[in-house]
Amino acid sequence: MRYLPLTKNDREEMLSTIGANNINELFSNIAEKVSINPKFNLPNHKTEMEVEKHLSLLSDKNLHADNSSFFIGGGSYKHHIPASVDHIIQRSEFLTSYTPYQPEISQGTLQYLYEFQTQVSLLTGMDISNASMYDGSTAAAEAVSMAKRITKRNGVILSNTIHPHYADVIKTVSGIKDTDFIYNRKFSIEIDHLFNEVDDNTACVVVQNPDFFGSCYDLSSLSKFVQSKGALLIVVVTEVLSLGMMKSPGTMGADIVACEGQSLGNPMNFGGPYVGLLSTKNKYLRQIPGRIVGESEDVDGKKGFVLTLSAREQHIRREKATSNICTNSGLCSLAFTIHLTLLGEKGFKRLSRLNHESALNLKEKILKIPEVKLLNKSFFNEFTIELPIKGKVFVDRMAEKGVLAGIPVSRLINNNKELDNFIVVASTETNTEDDMNSYIESANEVLR
Amino acid sequence: MKNSNKGLNHDEPILFEIGGMDKTGVDLNEPTFEENLIGDCFEDREIGLPGLSEPESIRHYVRLSRKNYSIDAGLYPLGSCTMKHNPRLNEKLARLKGFSEVHPLQPLSTCQGALELIDEISIWLKELTGMKAVTMTPKAGAQGELCGMLAIKKAIEARNECHRTKVLVPDSAHGTNPATAAFLGFDVVTIKSDKNGRLNFDDFKENVDKNFAAAMITNPNTCGLFEDEIIEIANYIHDAGGYLYCDGANFNALVGKVRPGDLGIDAMHINLHKTFSTPHGGGGPGSGPVVFSDILKEFCPAPLLKKDEDNYYLVENHNDKDIDKSFGRLCVFHGQMGMFVRALSYMMSHGSDGLRQVSEDAVLNANYIKSSLEDILTPAYEGYCMHEVLFNDDFLSGTGVETIDFAKALIDKGYHPMTIYFPLVVHGALLVEPTETESKNSIDQFIETIRELASKTQDGEEFFKKAPIYTPIRRLDETKAARNPVLRWQKNDVIAAE
Repeated sequence: MRYLPLTKNDREEMLSTIGANNINELFSNIAEKVSINPKFNLPNHKTEMEVEKHLSLLSDKNLHADNSSFFIGGGSYKHHIPASVDHIIQRSEFLTSYTPYQPEISQGTLQYLYEFQTQVSLLTGMDISNASMYDGSTAAAEAVSMAKRITKRNGVILSNTIHPHYADVIKTVSGIKDTDFIYNRKFSIEIDHLFNEVDDNTACVVVQNPDFFGSCYDLSSLSKFVQSKGALLIVVVTEVLSLGMMKSPGTMGADIVACEGQSLGNPMNFGGPYVGLLSTKNKYLRQIPGRIVGESEDVDGKKGFVLTLSAREQHIRREKATSNICTNSGLCSLAFTIHLTLLGEKGFKRLSRLNHESALNLKEKILKIPEVKLLNKSFFNEFTIELPIKGKVFVDRMAEKGVLAGIPVSRLINNNKELDNFIVVASTETNTEDDMNSYIESANEVLR
Repeated sequence: MKNSNKGLNHDEPILFEIGGMDKTGVDLNEPTFEENLIGDCFEDREIGLPGLSEPESIRHYVRLSRKNYSIDAGLYPLGSCTMKHNPRLNEKLARLKGFSEVHPLQPLSTCQGALELIDEISIWLKELTGMKAVTMTPKAGAQGELCGMLAIKKAIEARNECHRTKVLVPDSAHGTNPATAAFLGFDVVTIKSDKNGRLNFDDFKENVDKNFAAAMITNPNTCGLFEDEIIEIANYIHDAGGYLYCDGANFNALVGKVRPGDLGIDAMHINLHKTFSTPHGGGGPGSGPVVFSDILKEFCPAPLLKKDEDNYYLVENHNDKDIDKSFGRLCVFHGQMGMFVRALSYMMSHGSDGLRQVSEDAVLNANYIKSSLEDILTPAYEGYCMHEVLFNDDFLSGTGVETIDFAKALIDKGYHPMTIYFPLVVHGALLVEPTETESKNSIDQFIETIRELASKTQDGEEFFKKAPIYTPIRRLDETKAARNPVLRWQKNDVIAAE
């Protein structure tokens, strides 16, 4: 077996050093209780060639962003990733190292995480960030738990325009009772209703910007209002590139920002792995979950980095920890930080504008299709349209023509008939004029 | 800048000292639109992101990478972490465009291959564990624990027995176990380990009362020992109306050899990044699928993968009638697909026969180390161990050398240290897990090194106290980092935290 170095001779020698007659003797205490070596209904080992063949066949069954005209967003976006990103993250020292618990031999990981934390803080306009979370949705849930700890209140108000699956994740894993949530899941592209919901028990208000339907908001007055009631404003961002054209959440007064970082450096991967970004104000530092890297110096006075503030974490605090989180999203945060370093200020802002431009162009073309209406007053790189037929039917028929045309809102909100004809459409720097023309031609055929 | 490089070891300044606002490593066309539609929150702001050209970026990250230890470069004996070889075939296959460039919300008709892959890995996991159901979405082991305990909580609610709030956790457990239970509002009671490193069954029984909800037991446990009484414990738990959650972090010792389903467990997470070789990546991404017994499976989170006559489909919203008892949703999409591809590639490569060899070799290597060192180190417990061997610090007594010093000296000898000071039940613990992907030569050399260092402890502490000396940086002041946290770069090096 190609991954197992021990030979038959090695095994015999080693058993004799141990003083065991055979390998099963090492499992004898188990064998007294249950049968060992069960028969599995599974195939035996395969060659590299055979495995590759099998998985390639599965892969070939899928339509993907590079063999279709691709216009799907909704929290996962198709962007171009520079070749050097994937090269660097496959270096052994990054790919096959553990969590940097031994700082003397982990400065590579620790330094890039420190750089990552700084980049994320700059993007979100916040004081500090942790070393990443599983993804944007779990970062949002952790932000909500954090708000509960900080305010010592239980109430959570979720904006109606938050990604519906983000709302489900927050409700499931923030450790807060169902009855403490206010979330109507009504359709709306306004956030005014949030002002009326805040009361003395409100720990936080959660809004997404741009929201699930693509609309952008200035949250400055909301943040002031929420804070005047002693609650926190949590801003969720699922498209990190939007931060290149918008006021930062920090500037608009956010207390905690939970962001999905997949758009930088990470492919869509059918949903994971991704990288969650979590930023906050200095004063909430000791309530932030997850790993954090800090600066220090060694015995010779040389500057270096360590994992720090571990007194918050489960491996020290056990049942009193701020969270059960035990990992970050190391390699995905590396891809994120490399991509952002390659872009730099200029590149990042230009990429952001290219995305907006692409969506503007698509919007112009789409609105020429009869009976198609745009819902948004504002958007970044995705928007919502109303069709004359059911969104699901439209998207399925478009797929038959090789166009992945968007997400039917009804797939995520399945209990509101009024939304049946809506789809959310994204367009990024990767979409060419040809892609857009295929969209329009196919849509005209489907809707004819 | 002063040159303080030493041969191949280059000092590398942080990005913010070398990057430029006018530098970029990506060529992009100039946008030409005139009016934007961002609305009120539009701002052309100065963010402050330094850039580097491609050659500069590559050099920056390559120089950083050389400051890291890695499994590819040497034995990585971190107990309870299972640092095994990461096959490169897995990396190649995860990058196939039919997996990596697929959107999680594509029409289901366009991603049948991706869904089939999830079904295949589910079948492998159920078969290998002997369990009835599996949910693939947990993002990491700790989220798997959350998943299992949420299902248990939901099951208790469904029985209208919400007074059951007590969760028993052995003192040798990973910190995530009590943290998870407490996070969900359970009352955590710590159960002592006995003198043999196993859970103290008498202490356990004494703590089972009408409020008993569940126990979270790691098996093999973090002392590297199989919980011999697990079946009796499971029966006791079930008779008392509770559930048995098993922390499957150490499944590498059992895979292909023993089915956890035969041990009476109700839920168990599996760390794909341990047993099934997906890379640790310097701290994630992980993946922590959870297998369930028959009595818990109806509480599984969304989405649920199903198949009708011809096609796979997903039940995604937990008001769908197929999953109306589900406890909810753990992450926005379908879990760590990139990790599923890698893990399935690994499982198929080994096959049913090879996976049994995996656990046998892992256990053999650990016992070989134990036997080869027991005259000079002090094993914490007698008898055979499983995939990892635990030593206490008795062998250091009177030398002035502490476990941490011993570990740091090992760094100077070219090794990543073993896990130290964990589990907490043993004084000055050293937990060694060689895994099955080390050759006998490699292990012999490791043993030789440990013996040499252990003898050297008799010559005084100085050598150990000043270690490591051959690393890019020496021992760091962790207290200072925590007391005066500087968590990001600032212009003019302003102290970041209040």
